[in-house]
Amino acid sequence: MLLKKGVQPPSFRKTGTTIVGLVFQDGVILGADTRATEGPIVADKNCEKIHYMAPNIYCCGAGTAADTEAVTDMVSSQLQLHRYATGRESRVITALTLLKSHLFSYQGYVSAALVLGGIDVTGPHLHTVYPHGSTDTLPFATMGSGSLAAMAMFESKYREGLTRDEGIKLVSEAICSGIFNDLGSGSNVDVCVITKGHAEYLRNHLLPNPRTYISSKGYSFVKGHTGVLSTKITPLKEKVEVVEGDAMEE
Amino acid sequence: MEKKEKAILFFKSDTEFGSYGSTLRYKSVERIKAIGKHTLLGASGEISDFQEILRYLDELILYDNMWDDGNSLGPKEIHNYLNRVMYNRRNKFNPLWNSLVIGGVKNGQKYLGMVGMIGTHFEDNHVATGFGNHLARPIFRDEWSEDMTFEEAVRLLEKCLRVLLYRDRSAINKFQIAKITDEGVTISQPYSLKTFWGFSAFKNPSKGAEGSW
Repeated sequence: MLLKKGVQPPSFRKTGTTIVGLVFQDGVILGADTRATEGPIVADKNCEKIHYMAPNIYCCGAGTAADTEAVTDMVSSQLQLHRYATGRESRVITALTLLKSHLFSYQGYVSAALVLGGIDVTGPHLHTVYPHGSTDTLPFATMGSGSLAAMAMFESKYREGLTRDEGIKLVSEAICSGIFNDLGSGSNVDVCVITKGHAEYLRNHLLPNPRTYISSKGYSFVKGHTGVLSTKITPLKEKVEVVEGDAMEE
Repeated sequence: MEKKEKAILFFKSDTEFGSYGSTLRYKSVERIKAIGKHTLLGASGEISDFQEILRYLDELILYDNMWDDGNSLGPKEIHNYLNRVMYNRRNKFNPLWNSLVIGGVKNGQKYLGMVGMIGTHFEDNHVATGFGNHLARPIFRDEWSEDMTFEEAVRLLEKCLRVLLYRDRSAINKFQIAKITDEGVTISQPYSLKTFWGFSAFKNPSKGAEGSW
């Protein structure tokens, strides 16, 4: 009924996104862009889409920003409790199973599409998780609105046994392809390199969209810049008399 | 999809697209045709509408030849004509359901343009239809340059087509490449690309992740 009166329902803050992951010779590299959209508007120019799950597991999220944040935080704390209980390093399939069973039970209403990557005792793993709860295990994966542009880069350039630098370069190229060819993705490139015993989160690894034309002198607005149309001064009248009270007697 | 370079223009399409719903019904439909001496036309979408367009163009070229004035219609003119046809049909709510790519070389000037079924048209150095817009154009934007050689151009087109073959469900591994220069048009025989499916990760995807798929 409200819609008929022209009221716009609030649009969700979505991460129209490009997220990617690939397995290289020593582990897993995850990449993401940094634009969060609310319909046609960019809500956050530099948001963080690579979420921490465990010291050896990170997760990129696409879809509704609240859903990806909440579900990754939830599984991250479940993993921590599990680590305390078992005394062992978390495994990627543990995170995977927790995520997929949660998402499946909400039948796709929790709109989180994730690229989960990490390295554990069984080796490096990369998985994609879809909002309805299905998963894929892949050597390279992309999700989000820019996934086709990024996948075009991966399909043409991926090979097995990439070195760390080659892997970072390929991930950055895929994210840049999403940033420049997809309207839902933009701003900067975040990269996370996960190897045995060490995870490196390269926040804003590339900044391919700097602000141009910034006035070096800064902006100062002198009095008289804005024309004054009318002036009305209303003095504040005291409605309440404030009396200094006695100290409260105990 | 198509690309321009030096004095040559390239077209590449898969010869299938005689699909019937989700069945790949006809696997040898030629979707690139030479129009007159200077132009190549490629289409995706409804094949019967493409054949109708070819009939219109036949008539157009016939009248042009009958003038016998030494001038012949070039790619810009064909593009404009097709744009008018598509837009007028759209205005009558009876569109020709095609995405057309027109390219050609006339008097050394090369031209590449596209017309959609609602009459949107533009000219660019590289164009694509359908899924090619999402998968191939990012690669073109990165790797196309003004002064590519013939071999480089073919390699770039094949790279994009390979990606499309992997990721578009309605693609088959049977392609034709067409080349147009001032000397004339050549449309190659259908051929297929080498693909690689041997990643060790695909051999046993749930190794180390038992229970997942």
